Amino acid sequence: MKSLGSIRRDFAPWNDPNAKPYIQFDKVTKKFGDFTAVNNLSLTIFEREFFALLGASGCGKSTLLRMLAGFEEPSAGRILLDGQDLRGIPPYKRPVNMMFQSYALFPHMTVEKNIAFGLKQEGMPGPDIERRVAEMLKLVKLEQFAKRKPHQLSGGQRQRVALARSVAKRPKVLLLDEPLGALDKKLREETQFELMDLQQELGLTFVVVTHDQEEAMTMADRIAIMDKGEVMQVATPAEIYEAPTSRFVAHFVGNVNMFEGKVTERSASTTRITGATGAQIVVDNGGEATAGSDIVFAIRPEKIKVTSKKPADAVNALEGEVYDVAYLGDMTVYHIKLDDGQIVRASAMNASRVSEDPLTWNDRAWVSFRPDAGVVLAR
Amino acid sequence: MTNIAATAAPSAKTAAALPTRVVKGFVDRLVIIIPYLWLLFFFLVPFIIVFKISLSQTAISMPPYTPVLDFKDGVSGFFAGFRALNFDNYTWLTQDALYFNAYVTSLIIAGISTILTLIVGYPIAYGMARAPATIRPTLLMLVILPFWTSFLIRVYAWIGILKPEGLLNQVLLATGLISQPLVILNTYTAIFIGIVYSYLPFMVLPLYSSLEKMDYSLIEAAQDLGCPQTGAFWKITFPLSLPGVVAGCLLVFIPAVGEFVIPDLLGGSQTLMIGKTLWNEFFSNRDWPVSSAVAVILLLVLTIPIMFFQQAQAKAQEQGR
Repeated sequence: MKSLGSIRRDFAPWNDPNAKPYIQFDKVTKKFGDFTAVNNLSLTIFEREFFALLGASGCGKSTLLRMLAGFEEPSAGRILLDGQDLRGIPPYKRPVNMMFQSYALFPHMTVEKNIAFGLKQEGMPGPDIERRVAEMLKLVKLEQFAKRKPHQLSGGQRQRVALARSVAKRPKVLLLDEPLGALDKKLREETQFELMDLQQELGLTFVVVTHDQEEAMTMADRIAIMDKGEVMQVATPAEIYEAPTSRFVAHFVGNVNMFEGKVTERSASTTRITGATGAQIVVDNGGEATAGSDIVFAIRPEKIKVTSKKPADAVNALEGEVYDVAYLGDMTVYHIKLDDGQIVRASAMNASRVSEDPLTWNDRAWVSFRPDAGVVLAR
Repeated sequence: MTNIAATAAPSAKTAAALPTRVVKGFVDRLVIIIPYLWLLFFFLVPFIIVFKISLSQTAISMPPYTPVLDFKDGVSGFFAGFRALNFDNYTWLTQDALYFNAYVTSLIIAGISTILTLIVGYPIAYGMARAPATIRPTLLMLVILPFWTSFLIRVYAWIGILKPEGLLNQVLLATGLISQPLVILNTYTAIFIGIVYSYLPFMVLPLYSSLEKMDYSLIEAAQDLGCPQTGAFWKITFPLSLPGVVAGCLLVFIPAVGEFVIPDLLGGSQTLMIGKTLWNEFFSNRDWPVSSAVAVILLLVLTIPIMFFQQAQAKAQEQGR
């Protein structure tokens, strides 16, 4: 038997040109009066994928989810699920279920009745309902709480009832609207892994809406970064982080340093970027950049090395002064003020207990990085 | 020795603090006592007087009943009067079918009116609760607005609307919907219209407050789980609004049972309701003891739904809703 991990490792239908899309947003636009919540958006989600819609509040991610559930109809465009156009199909006839941000548990029903609600609606025979409810209670480890009402449960337990209720009908797609938003940090981290395991176990397609990048990075196979009703980038968490395609995405996920400059030399293997003050950066992954164009070089703090002397073999090294030091235990974050005035953020893992090259406030320091450490983005 | 001094010092301190605490405790208690004093003087004492009169006999005197409990003939006279009290009036109420019929009719009319008010009031409250939050205060205001006009004038206005040559008949005749004027005034229909109209706010307000705090995502969740909108209403919205339904029904039912003005003005002379019976006993027959007995029984009849209401409220509170 294949382990769950190995299923996940080999799972990449988005790279397979023959893979059949499961959910398709085809040029979907949604307007509320003058406000355009979703703007001409196209997106493809595959079967059994754990897909995250990530964005700040008001970016249109919840609207997208609500259109999939049937609570909103697109103003233009089509939404297809497993080849079927969903237009005009009311929410109660769609083969998708949603887990609400507020959980929306029925306060006058017990846990058991809440989970059985959807099954009763589809006319499942009594004994089958009982069996399924018992199975769901076991899945979310709430067997002894079957007869309780929602107000007698903790936040985490309520979250699990909501989850059990939304998967009880075995929907084709499970929609999760900020599923962990109401939980405290520690419980949230635990639940992230539980959700992933559950998704693998049930073999369902999950579409989760979140504003928490860590949550999206942990759980999702792929993430769509959204801004102002548009998708900025769709990619795996690693690609989003290491190869953002725009300044917005680079900024939105994690910390990043941006160097503005002009491409002064462009060959197949080398791209030379010259900043306004003459500082030079050499990059071997120039991307789309053409000679003479104004670009931004984006690099993550942990890709930057901070040393007291200029490293002998460094291709890219810039000199400056230690402006701020933050010791966080597992790592130390340096803010280096370069001689041209720009402040660079660099982080170093504290792999040993005592640093060999201790740096402190106002020390002269060099920041250096490899030619493939960052990405070149359009200005 | 030092130990004793150490323990003595704090106790001296508490002794010094005691007077202010006592004063504060007294003020706190006073705040609680005031409403109880109000209830004592304006509810319990009048009730005891009414109850005492209900145990007396009617008499042509001033006041029109006997015995009068006073100390004119000393303490023994007081106790002689006390011994003369009896339950004859209550026995009388059971012997004349008029009273029993009046009670039953009142309960039935109040019951039907309450159901009608619920049927009319629920959609209003639901519409208000689902209206955009910006216009809800205006809608609430419109519900309360009729209270600014005298109740009596509003009931009189209904006579003008319902009478054979009234507004309603004129409109219906003019539009050709009917050829003969409808007889509504001086029927039970007119009483129902009057009660539903007058007590509608008492139904709408508690319903609104319970519907308004309901999370709309519950309805969406029900739909998401395969329940069409009408089903979601009966399975989710209505059960969750039950505390409001109970409160509204009792707020309408209780005063409707003893209602006097509406049956008198709209229901004509033949309607037999307990409020009218009581009025007749008191003002036409000048039989204070019997009318007091009628009032005491009415109170007992109404205590049952009130107790039911309080129990429902306690239960709702226990559920934390």
